Amino acid sequence: MNLFILLVLVLAIIAIAQLTKVYDLSRSLRNTREEEVSAADNRLNANAWIVWMIVFFAGTIYLYVKYGDYLPESASEHGVAVDKLMSVNIWMITIVFFIVNYFLFTFANKYRFNPARRAKFFAHDNRLEMIWTLVPGVTMAFIIVYGLITWNNMTGPASAEAMQIELYSKQFDWTARYPGENKVFGAADFNLIGTTNGLGLVTEEGVAAKLAEIDHNLEQTEKAIANGKAEGTMPDSYLESLEDQLYKLKRHKQRILDLKENELNGVSQWKAGADDKLVKGEFHIPIGQEIEFVFRSQDVIHSAYMPHFRAQMNAVPGVPTRFKMKPTITTAEMRQKLGNDKFDYILLCNKVCGAAHFNMKMTLVVDTPEDYAKWLAEQKTFGGEKKDKKEEVPASPAADTTKTMASIN
Amino acid sequence: MGAHSHDHGHHEESFVSKYIFSQDHKMISKQFLVTAIFMGIIAVMLSIFFRLQLGWPGEKFGILNAFLGDKWAPDGILDKNAYLAMVTIHGTIMVFFVLTGGLSGTFANLLIPLQIGARDMASGFINMLSYWFFLVSSLIMVASLFVEGGAASGGWTIYPPLSALPQAMPGSGTGMTLWLISMVLFVASSLLGGLNYVVTIINLRTKGMKMTRLPLTIWALFVTAILGVLSFPVLVSCVVLLIMDRSMGTAFYLSDIFIQGEALDVTGGSPILFQHLFWFLGHPEVYIVLLPALGISSEIIATNSRKPIFGYKAMIGSILAIGFLSFIVWGHHMYVTGMNPFIGSVFVFTTLLIAIPSAVKAFNYITTLWQGNIKFTPAMLFSIGLVSTFVTGGLTGIVLADSALDVNVHDTYFVVAHFHIVMGLSAIFGMLGGIYHWFPKMYGRMMNSKLGYAHFWLTMVCGFGVFFPMHFVGIAGAPRRYYDYSEFDYLDTVISLNPMISTFAIIGGAAQLLFLFNFFHSIWYGQKSNQNPWKSNTLEWTTPVAHIHGNWPGALPEVHRWAYDYSNPEHEEDFVSQIVPLKAGEHAH
Repeated sequence: MNLFILLVLVLAIIAIAQLTKVYDLSRSLRNTREEEVSAADNRLNANAWIVWMIVFFAGTIYLYVKYGDYLPESASEHGVAVDKLMSVNIWMITIVFFIVNYFLFTFANKYRFNPARRAKFFAHDNRLEMIWTLVPGVTMAFIIVYGLITWNNMTGPASAEAMQIELYSKQFDWTARYPGENKVFGAADFNLIGTTNGLGLVTEEGVAAKLAEIDHNLEQTEKAIANGKAEGTMPDSYLESLEDQLYKLKRHKQRILDLKENELNGVSQWKAGADDKLVKGEFHIPIGQEIEFVFRSQDVIHSAYMPHFRAQMNAVPGVPTRFKMKPTITTAEMRQKLGNDKFDYILLCNKVCGAAHFNMKMTLVVDTPEDYAKWLAEQKTFGGEKKDKKEEVPASPAADTTKTMASIN
Repeated sequence: MGAHSHDHGHHEESFVSKYIFSQDHKMISKQFLVTAIFMGIIAVMLSIFFRLQLGWPGEKFGILNAFLGDKWAPDGILDKNAYLAMVTIHGTIMVFFVLTGGLSGTFANLLIPLQIGARDMASGFINMLSYWFFLVSSLIMVASLFVEGGAASGGWTIYPPLSALPQAMPGSGTGMTLWLISMVLFVASSLLGGLNYVVTIINLRTKGMKMTRLPLTIWALFVTAILGVLSFPVLVSCVVLLIMDRSMGTAFYLSDIFIQGEALDVTGGSPILFQHLFWFLGHPEVYIVLLPALGISSEIIATNSRKPIFGYKAMIGSILAIGFLSFIVWGHHMYVTGMNPFIGSVFVFTTLLIAIPSAVKAFNYITTLWQGNIKFTPAMLFSIGLVSTFVTGGLTGIVLADSALDVNVHDTYFVVAHFHIVMGLSAIFGMLGGIYHWFPKMYGRMMNSKLGYAHFWLTMVCGFGVFFPMHFVGIAGAPRRYYDYSEFDYLDTVISLNPMISTFAIIGGAAQLLFLFNFFHSIWYGQKSNQNPWKSNTLEWTTPVAHIHGNWPGALPEVHRWAYDYSNPEHEEDFVSQIVPLKAGEHAH
């Protein structure tokens, strides 16, 4: 196969070279200059513009007809306004697209070179130029005003009735967090993230456990350093990496000690986490309820994109972001409308975040309020979940010095 | 250099000083061009590699394995990380090395001294350095494809933390380090070049060459150089801060990160800061790429329509307006970063304003064609093609500038379609048109026009064939930089366009072989050129065909009129060179 492709390429280049040679010879026989465009060539290219225009326009219309119905109707309230704005914009630019390209290609065809004619010396015309400065200006003014009205409506602060859901991203999955009955999210801090606490929720027990874990590791590392120094056989570079490790652990401990308990709506955020509900793979929202999503990220920038709701917001580590929307069509209704009983809304990652970026998604289900309440009740709380599993202390890399030593050697 | 250098034509140059460490702007221009063509070949090949994966995901291609080996294309299937590396390096090379270094480097070097009537650039030595920085940075960028872990893979915009943390992806290791080093050198090259262009245009214009008599190519290159000088230093700061975050433990862009089982000891930085700095260069960069192409096409369209460019002063005004506005629109890349929506509104306003000068330019081009007497040289075909891509791609920019609409199409194929047409195709068309047009000036020979015609039509059809359908893919909600779309049911319909898009990409890529053959064949075997083959008015066509140091054998030419006296009724010929004095009673334009 490769050989075949190579052969075709080589033959093609030889063919071009031979044709060029023949062309060069015939040109020198006829005594023509390369820069003089022959009448035949000029006609060919002039006509080609029209052929191209027809193909281009026909192709465009075909694409509009076949693929123009891009997404199903918006399943969110602001999305309806966005779609309206979009179709106004698309109509306008499509019309301008056809008109301007039409003039460009037909002029190219019509005013092809004719030795009997002389081009019109037409250097400027203030009236014309004024027209095509003002017309785009007025059009833009309309687009700007219309666009900004839509933008302001969709980005204003969420109302008091809005329900909050946190969407937490990491390489390469999403977690949805519901604040639970107290309607307050438990505090979260990246310093507390561990195998049993993927979001780093702050609870008194969690803090204590993490501190114990760090203290344990500190002790191990110090011991390893002391041993290494006493024996004198440890390579300097390894000793340095242990000291580096020690420094990092101390800093980590200090960052945790610096955490302050705070209150929100009269609830301590260190205690509020116990009834938070964390779900993966699929999350539900109720129809007709304004929802304010809060986005956080554990590692790199991700982007929460929900195309069926015309919603998107980046999840940025260290900088929480927000986006509000009100779903208007349940998953069941949408399935019916589309005649596709497998249809699902989807949340996907739309900011390149690593190798599995293309697969970082979560199903989103819009329920009736009753179904939603039922679904939510079935979800385990963070506190409850923890009682089932025993807190594990993951082994520190420094704890097992022999193993690391072996891997270095 | 300018004043005394015409003596230099008389003494013999050694091979090294003539072809390698040349300080002659014409040779440096050719060096830039050949380097850019070499980089362009790599970038096109990379794009075909990832288009194979996108068109036929999971299919085995022996050719991928042959080029990329077992590590990056085991069994002929592109590896996921390699895919991202290809996408990233394709974008980086195209934007910076082909369309910034290649386009400005080639044509600013060739045309500025020749069209303003100067012996050479203000500083030949700095000019030479500009090329050598460019070459070294090109080589480093290419070398980064071969390091362990692969080349930088976070997209050409290299947003941290992804690009800052080697733990985040293999491409953020050595590959990213090389990317950053290459980029610092590239900016050095760009600044040395840009300063030289600005100084030369301001100081070394020949007698009579007022700013209002400059050809539009020079105006475009002038504003481009100013944009570069003002915005590239910001990219350096942006990149240097990232280097510090990567290597020195600072936290300009990093905060609250837990990755690979470790809570990093970094707090207080913001990844969004990077985006502000990056796009402060990144958006003017779009016009650094585009404006020279628009300048080139203005010149080619006027010459081959045998008509003055319509609205010369409006064209200058719109170049200046676009240049100015390009500095205050960067935030439209960041509508969904969580930036305050009010700031977003301001950027909506400034961004949509750019549509006005752009529309003026498009209408002026079309009016230049009207009642013209058009000769379809390959350069003219590419220039008309450019007007079409500029208009078609520019219009979709209106959708993207509108923040409310951007939310749903941000980072989808709609964006890919938009910028590839308005910036990619337009700038490439301008560059190719410029090469066909000024090839006689560069090499003293003509390129084969028949091959040029075939090259243009194939490129035009394939260019639109690749990028136009992507609008529909994007508007249906297909994110960019995805390795495989087959798992998303809602995209089934539009993703069926992918094999067609990839086929166009392969044909379009292969069509460039016609150009490569034509280019290199014509350097040695093309028909010998006349002094002024296109019957053009500008000064470069008054220099001898064979290159000499100092450009003009005798005194520098004196300019008496603007560059666009084509078919002037007061003259018999349909062109009047800028050096022809005004007739008694003739009005100057």
